[in-house]
Amino acid sequence: MILSENWLREWVNPDLDAEALAHTLTMAGLEVDAVTPLADGLSGVVVAEIVSAEPHPDADKLRVCSVNTGTETVQIVCGAPNAAAGLKAPLAQPGAKLPGGIKIKKAKLRGIESQGMLCSGAELNLSEDHDGLLALAADAPVGTPIEDYLDLNDRLIEIGLTPNRADCLSIAGVARDLAVAAGAEMSAPVLEAVLATIDQTLPIEITAPADCPRYLGRVIRDVDVSRPTPLYMVERLRRAGIRSIDAVVDITNYVMLELGQPLHAFDLDALEGGIRVRKAQPEERITLLDGEERTLTSDTLVIADHQKALAMAGIMGGEGSGISAETRHLFLEAAFFAPDLMAGRARHYGLHTDASHRYERGVDPELAYQAVERATQLFLECVGGEAGPVTDVTSSTDLPQREPVTLKAASIRRMLGIDLASDEVTRIFTGLGFAVEANADGESWLCTAPSWRFDMGREADLLEEIARIHGYDNIPVEPVRGAASAGAVAESVTPQSVIKQRLVARGFNEAITFSFVSPELQQLIDPEIEPVALKNPISSDLAVMRTSLIPGLLGAAAHNINRQQTRVRLFETGLRFMPGESLAQTPMLGLLLCGRRMPESWSSNAESVEFYDMKGEIEALLQAADQTLTFHAAVRPGLHDGQTAEILLEDEVVGVMGRLHPSTAKTLNLPEQTLVAELELASVVRRALPDYEEISKFPEVRRDIAVIVNRETPSAAVLDGARAAAGSSLASARIFDVYEGDGVAENAKSLAIGLTFRDQSRTLTDEEINESLSQVIESLGEKLGATLRH
Amino acid sequence: MQALDDLKAEAIAAIESAEDSAALEKLRVEWLGKKGRVTDLLKSLGQLNAVERPKVGAEINAVKQLLNEQISERKETLQQAAIAAQLSAEALDVTLPGRREDLGALHPITRTIDRMAEYFAGLGFEVVEGPEIEDDYHNFEALNIPAHHPARAMHDTFYIDDTHVLRTHTSGVQVRTMETREPPLRVICPGRVYRCDSDLTHSPMFHQVEGLLIDEDVSFGQLKGIIQDFLHAFFEQDALAVRFRPSYFPFTEPSAEVDIQCVKCAGEGCRICSGTGWLEVMGCGMVHPRVLEMSGVDTERFQGFAFGMGVERLAMLRYGIGDLRLNFENDLRFLAQFR
Repeated sequence: MILSENWLREWVNPDLDAEALAHTLTMAGLEVDAVTPLADGLSGVVVAEIVSAEPHPDADKLRVCSVNTGTETVQIVCGAPNAAAGLKAPLAQPGAKLPGGIKIKKAKLRGIESQGMLCSGAELNLSEDHDGLLALAADAPVGTPIEDYLDLNDRLIEIGLTPNRADCLSIAGVARDLAVAAGAEMSAPVLEAVLATIDQTLPIEITAPADCPRYLGRVIRDVDVSRPTPLYMVERLRRAGIRSIDAVVDITNYVMLELGQPLHAFDLDALEGGIRVRKAQPEERITLLDGEERTLTSDTLVIADHQKALAMAGIMGGEGSGISAETRHLFLEAAFFAPDLMAGRARHYGLHTDASHRYERGVDPELAYQAVERATQLFLECVGGEAGPVTDVTSSTDLPQREPVTLKAASIRRMLGIDLASDEVTRIFTGLGFAVEANADGESWLCTAPSWRFDMGREADLLEEIARIHGYDNIPVEPVRGAASAGAVAESVTPQSVIKQRLVARGFNEAITFSFVSPELQQLIDPEIEPVALKNPISSDLAVMRTSLIPGLLGAAAHNINRQQTRVRLFETGLRFMPGESLAQTPMLGLLLCGRRMPESWSSNAESVEFYDMKGEIEALLQAADQTLTFHAAVRPGLHDGQTAEILLEDEVVGVMGRLHPSTAKTLNLPEQTLVAELELASVVRRALPDYEEISKFPEVRRDIAVIVNRETPSAAVLDGARAAAGSSLASARIFDVYEGDGVAENAKSLAIGLTFRDQSRTLTDEEINESLSQVIESLGEKLGATLRH
Repeated sequence: MQALDDLKAEAIAAIESAEDSAALEKLRVEWLGKKGRVTDLLKSLGQLNAVERPKVGAEINAVKQLLNEQISERKETLQQAAIAAQLSAEALDVTLPGRREDLGALHPITRTIDRMAEYFAGLGFEVVEGPEIEDDYHNFEALNIPAHHPARAMHDTFYIDDTHVLRTHTSGVQVRTMETREPPLRVICPGRVYRCDSDLTHSPMFHQVEGLLIDEDVSFGQLKGIIQDFLHAFFEQDALAVRFRPSYFPFTEPSAEVDIQCVKCAGEGCRICSGTGWLEVMGCGMVHPRVLEMSGVDTERFQGFAFGMGVERLAMLRYGIGDLRLNFENDLRFLAQFR
C-alpha cells in the first residue's frame, strides 16, 4: 500500500522526520518498503495563465503566448496543442529546475524569445501525459509555486502490509498504529453525520446474513456527475496508485483509502425493486465492470435487485448498474462481509480487487456507519444532491464477537523476557483501541479487541502487540544456552557429509539440479514410468518430478561439455520420486563421469574414462559397508546393453550403473563414454562397526596362477571359485591380469590370479600351500572348465 | 729399500687413477692378492736373514696396510662421486605439476548448510529431514494456515493434486518432529523447497534451513540471542548489527524478520542492500500456541521458537555470488571455486 506522507500527517503528526517516521512504522510491524519524494528537485515552477496565444510566424506547430506569472506578463513559445488563452498551466521560469535535473533558461525558438517553458504533467513527473500542458483548475491562484498549489512537497510511503493487518489498509488505520508507536496524539478530521433532507429509501433484504451481517444503504438524489473531482482528491488517489474515473467513483475510492471501508455506488435508476443480498443461483451469470461475463457458483454472494445480480459482493460491481454520465441518482452501499466466507472467492474467479483484498482480511464491521456519512458529505460537496436516511440492516448475532482475553504479567515475562508497568500495558492497548481492565491482583489484564482487529483471539496475540509496540529493540538479548545432552550418534552410519567429502577428494564436484525435469529427458532414462506431474509447472521443461537423479546430471554434464570442459565428474544427492500406490520419496546418490580419466597433464595420456572407472568409484564408495558387494549384468533403457550392471549389497539391489547408450549420448551431445550411476543413499552410508581382529605375526605367502576360461565366464565366478576352494588360510585373492589373444584360444581368456595365504598361528609350509593351489585348480577345472595356463 | 718405495709409489699412483670399483678390485688383486706383488715381497722375506727379516717384514706390512687404506679411500671417493653423479643425472624439474587427481568441491549451498548445521549442532540441534512432496496438512493446516488463508497466496505453491504440494518450506518436518517426539526438542531442518516463481531473484527450487527449539523456559530474548550469535558466527563478524523487525507468519507469534547490516557496504547503502544499509536474511518467532496444540505439545508446560532462512541468500552474501541462477547451472567453473 502506498500512502501520502502529508495525508497521513493530517491524521497524526508526530515530531519525526520522514525517515524516522518510516522507521517507527517499520518497527511497529508496518514495514516501510520505500519512501519516495514525490517531486524531487522541482523549483521555480508557478501557476500561470495564458493571456493570449498567437501563431508563431515561422513554425506551424508553435505558438507565441503571452503569459501572466502573477508578477509580470512574459512571452513563452509553446508547442502544446492545448495552449490557448484562458488556460492555467504550470510555468517553469528561467532558473527553474525540473525533475531529472533539467534547468530552464531563456531561449530563442525559431527566432522568437521564450522566457521559460509551459509544462505538461509528464515534464513535472506528475503523470504519463505529455501530449499537452497540464491544465490547472480555473480558480488556481496565479503566481503560486506549483509545489504548494499541488501539495507536491510530499513523499510516498510504501508499506508492505502483512495479511493480519487489514485494519491498516487505510490512512486512519496506519495513523492509529503510528500514534501509539510514536506516542503522538491523533488529529483525525471531525466527521459529522449528514442529516437526511429527503426521505426516499430503497428496501434492503439479506438472505445470507452469515456472509453479510451488515448492509447499509443510502439514496442520494439529483447529483451532477459531470462535475470534476476536486484536484486534491485526484492527486491523493493518484499518489495511492488509483486512477481518477469520475467524481462519484473517486469519492468511494477516496473514502476507502481514508477509512478502509470499500464502498459501492449504484445508479439508482438501474435498480429494480430493492436490494437483495443473496447467494448466486445455479448457473447465474453476471457481467462485471471489467467487461467479462462470469458464471457464478452457488457459494458466491451477490448483491442483487429483485430481478438480477448487480455485483459480486465485496469483489466487483456489475456492468449496467454502475455510475455513468447519465446517472442522476445514487444508491450508496457500505457493507460488512464475513472474512472467512470471503476467503478465496475472488481468487476462484481469477480476480483480486482493492475491495476483495480488504474483505478477505477483514473490514471493521462498525466502519460502515462512518464511511457512509463521510462519502455522503463528499458527494454533497462535490456533486451536489440531496441525501436520504441511512437504511441499516444488521444481523447482530452474525457479527464477529470480540471476547475479552486475559493477559498475565507472568506470560509477558515468560514469553518476552521483560517486565512492563501496568500503566504501560494499559497505554498500549488503549491506544490500539482495546478495552482494557486491570485485574485487582495487578498481575493481569482483561483486554477486549476493537472491532477492526480480527487477529486477537488469545493471549499470544496480545503478547505480540506488547512486543511490537514496546519495541523489539527493547527486548533484551539473552545468552544462548546449549542443550543438556548432545545425544548419541549411530556409528553404523557414515554421515552424509563424510560421503560427500570422500567424493570431493576423488575429484567429484557436487551438482544441485532441479527436482523437476523435462518429460523428454525423463523419458530417455525411465520410459516405463509415468512420473509424478506438477499441476502447475513453471514451464514445460520443469514439469515432472524426477524418478532418477541421472537426467539432471546428464543435463549438467551437457552444460559443461558445451562449454569446452574436457573432464566432468559430478555427483548429486537428493530425493527421487517414484509414483505408485504409495509415492516413494527416496534419497539417492547420483554419479556421472565423462571425458579424460585424469586431468590433462604432461604425466597422463588423454584416455577417456570407461566402465571400470565408474565401477571403481562405486567399489571404493561401498568399501566400508559390511556386506558383500556384487554387480550383475543388466539392461536398462538409455544405457548401453553390454555395459550396464545392477549393484547389489548381499542380495539386495541398491543401485544401477552403466555407460550411456551411444544413441542417448548422441541425442544429448555427450561423449560416447559417459558413465552414470545411481545408488540408494541409505546403502552408501552403511558401515560396519569395527570389531578388531588380531594381526597375524606369521609371514604371508603369495602364489600366482593363470587360468584359461571361456570368454563369457564372469571373472567374479572364477574368483569366488578360487576363494571357496583355497581353504581357510587364504587371506586374499585378486585378478592382476586379463589376457586375450595370441596363445589363448579364440573364445577364451586368461585370468592371472594372485593368491595370498596366511595363518594366524603358524608359518605355512610349502606342502600346505601347494595343496591349496591344487584344490583351487581342480575346483576351477571342475566347475568352470578352467585349465591352467603354462 | 728403494725398490719398496718405488713399488709403493707405483701402487698409489695406480690406485689414485683407478676410475671405478672394478679397476680398484683389479688393483687390489694385482698388489695385495694371493699372488699380488706385495704378497710376493712378503713371500720373499724367507730369503733374508733373521736380523733384517722383521724390519723389512714390518716395512712391507706397513705398505700393505697403506695400500689397503688407499684402496678403501679411493673406493669411498668413487662411490660418493657415483652417487653425486646419479643425483645430478636424476635431477627433476620440480616446477612441473605433480601427478594427481583434482580436488572436487562441495556445492556452495551444501557448504553453507553444513556450516549452519555445524553451528547449531554445537547447541544440541539435530538435523532432521522429511518428504518434499508434502501433504496439505503438514505444509499448511498444521502451521495455522487453513485453506484460503491469505498467507497461502504468498507461497506460490506447486500442486501435485488436491491434497499434495511440493513443500513451500521445511516447516512440515518440524511438525512431523513435534508429532513423533516428546519435548524438549532442538532440531534443524535443511532441504529443498519449492515456489512457483522464477525470475532474476526467484528460483522455483531453493533451499531453507529451519530450526525449532521447544523447551520449558524459552523466551523471545533467547531467540534474539541465538539468532544474533548465529549471524555473528556465520559471517565471522562479532560486531555485525542485527535488527529484529515485527512481522507476521501464521505459525509464530510474535514474529520477526531479521535484518543484518549490509555485509557489502557495512551499512553505508549500496546496490546489494538497495541503499538501505540493511539486508533481510531470515524470519523467526515464538511458535504459535495453536501450532503446538495441533501437534500435541503441552502448551501449559512447553513453548518454543522457530526460525527459517534461505540458504541461497546467505550463501550468495557470504561468497559474493551475484546471480541466483548460477546455483543451479552446475557450471564447473562456478563449482570449482568452492573447494
